[in-house]
Amino acid sequence: MNTLSSRPAAACDLPRATGDAPTLAPTLAPTLAQTLAQTLNELPNGKVAWVRSVSNLADAPEWADRLEEVGFIPGERVMVMARGMPGGDPLVVRVGNSTFALRRAEAACVHIATSAA
Amino acid sequence: MTEAIIHVHRGGPLVALVGNPNCGKTTLFNGLTGSRQKVANYAGVTVERKEGYFEAPSGRRFRVLDLPGAYSLEAASPDEMITRDVCRGHFPGEPPQDVLVCVVDATNLRLHLRFALEVRALGRPMVVAVNMIDAAQRRGIRLDLPQLERELGVPVIPTVAVRKAGAAALVTHLDTQPVGPPAAREPIVDLHAEVRRLLALTVSMPSRTAAIDERLDRIALHPIFGLLTLGVLMFLIFQAVFSWAAPLQDAVSAAVAGFSGFLEGSMPDGPLRSLLTDGILAGLGTVLEFLPQILVLFAFILVLEESGYLPRAAFLLDRMMFVSGLSGRSFIPLLSSFACAIPGIMATRSIQDPRDRLATIMVAPLMTCSARLPVYALLIGAFIPRQTVGGIFNLQGLLLFALYMAGIVSALLVSWLMKRWHHDRAEHALLLELPSYRLPNLRDLALGLAERTRIFLRRVGGIILALTILLWFLSSYPAPPPDAVGNALDYSFAGRLGHAMEPLFAPIGFNWQICIALIPGLAAREVAVASLATVYALSNDNADVVASQLSQIVATEWSVATGLSLLVWYIYAPMCLSTLAVIRRETNSWRQVWIATGYLFGLAYLASLVTYQLARLWA
Repeated sequence: MNTLSSRPAAACDLPRATGDAPTLAPTLAPTLAQTLAQTLNELPNGKVAWVRSVSNLADAPEWADRLEEVGFIPGERVMVMARGMPGGDPLVVRVGNSTFALRRAEAACVHIATSAA
Repeated sequence: MTEAIIHVHRGGPLVALVGNPNCGKTTLFNGLTGSRQKVANYAGVTVERKEGYFEAPSGRRFRVLDLPGAYSLEAASPDEMITRDVCRGHFPGEPPQDVLVCVVDATNLRLHLRFALEVRALGRPMVVAVNMIDAAQRRGIRLDLPQLERELGVPVIPTVAVRKAGAAALVTHLDTQPVGPPAAREPIVDLHAEVRRLLALTVSMPSRTAAIDERLDRIALHPIFGLLTLGVLMFLIFQAVFSWAAPLQDAVSAAVAGFSGFLEGSMPDGPLRSLLTDGILAGLGTVLEFLPQILVLFAFILVLEESGYLPRAAFLLDRMMFVSGLSGRSFIPLLSSFACAIPGIMATRSIQDPRDRLATIMVAPLMTCSARLPVYALLIGAFIPRQTVGGIFNLQGLLLFALYMAGIVSALLVSWLMKRWHHDRAEHALLLELPSYRLPNLRDLALGLAERTRIFLRRVGGIILALTILLWFLSSYPAPPPDAVGNALDYSFAGRLGHAMEPLFAPIGFNWQICIALIPGLAAREVAVASLATVYALSNDNADVVASQLSQIVATEWSVATGLSLLVWYIYAPMCLSTLAVIRRETNSWRQVWIATGYLFGLAYLASLVTYQLARLWA
């Protein structure tokens, strides 16, 4: 079994979305928690991140499929280009070579990592 | 109401164009077929079916079908379902195509190739057209097309849809090479991984492409400068619509008046002449006068669409529209509705979310369409003095602006209420692609305008013609007995109905002349002016009453309160049966039509009531 506590954390080591909580050394826990919690709507403008997974919204199960179809797939580069005013909704996101405008709720389905695998 | 599939062109192989949205498929279609295309509808749905044809160098005729853009064959919207079903040969009445041409954008193969792989999995004869090769070259993207062809197992042909001969390679290939189905292979589970593999082998991209897009977007998407740019653009467009269209409008109305005069001079007096001049020409003529304004507005909308700017505008307005229960995608249909709600409502087909689409359709009639302008001009001219306010603002102009704003604010309010009424707390998706900016293509613009003109004339001309004839009949018959005194109009069906309506409309200040004019006024908004002219002409035993004379008559005979009340009535009342007919068509539901009619007339009566009573108290 992975003993994450004995090596520095890397994105590829992170468990898949519904995995078990790993046992962690206290010093690593905050960093991982931060990275685990990040969804696309929390990414600041201009910062590059990578897609980890796309989850479903309970009452809109087709969103995950659509997001994946247009390129939100694990490992793909994403960047938030602009945000609407006020409230930061919707967002303009560059994914791969395409640019899409997404609502915050859609962006919240996309889990990201701020460091490359 | 179902429509049969119309196969408008005969003979020859059938080529279907498929691809993601924004791949340039429609430009390619226009380039291949030019004006030899017809638009109809797929049976039972409101998705448009575009078929055209071209003649290859060998003389063979090819039919081309432009299928709706789709990100995937796992269809999410009615558009995509059509593409999926037609490609698989499952759509009733549509024969299987001979060749599928999958169009991909050379500057974004990362997104577009995935769909090409899905289409390949269908096992039908196909060709991949790599479009926008010129843009890719300009950005320094290098593509190894022969290698891509080897890897995909289907012919890969470069195209530049915007150029005149840009599809030549495709046409030559279709003409000379037999296209067979791709070799069968194991179904690919992870399409994106396969796309990555193909890209690694065949595409080399510089690290930063699309620099112009980013620079333009820095302004266009900026919360302050972006909205400012949009505001300035909108202002310019409206200025252009009202000033550029004016000479064309005058030309149309002069032509109609000339033709009417010719008929009056050359035909004997009688019902046929009356039908032709007072009925058909008067009714159709007033509608045709608006065609120049509609075309100018559409030209701007098409240019904005082609340039890729409109999704940026949709993004900027989305927040405000979302709060009101609409979507950023509602912007274009509602903008079109300022010219005429009919094409505006038809444009709601681009809104995928059914609730957003319905809300947009329901409030589109509240946008101040150009047909209201003759009524507004008449009433403002009659009752509002030519003064300046604060030294610079024209009082009449201010009131016109206020009427426009009232329409917009009411629309936002109504859609907000609809959202609350339906307890709509669900999340709505937007997922709107912002394509690269590109220079609008003149040929596409011309074809787009021609198509919209045709559609407008067909719909409006059809129903308005029918209704104008009907209403002329109601206003002319039964004719008064020879010894009758008083108004000839009083004896007709319309007259009797008008008098019967009077008590109902007294609280809002409408006299019997207005009530009578409202009946033919149901056909189209601008008809009210003509009807009022008819009422006062027939009641004054004058040959005809010109609009300026009507303005004076109205100013002297009506109270200011009545004039204002009628103005407000026209903000809300759906005095346009064609709009209601289009609502029926686009929603496929009579219930929605009755709801729209009911709430719009209800609002109109309420607003007029408040206006009239307040104005009377104040005067």
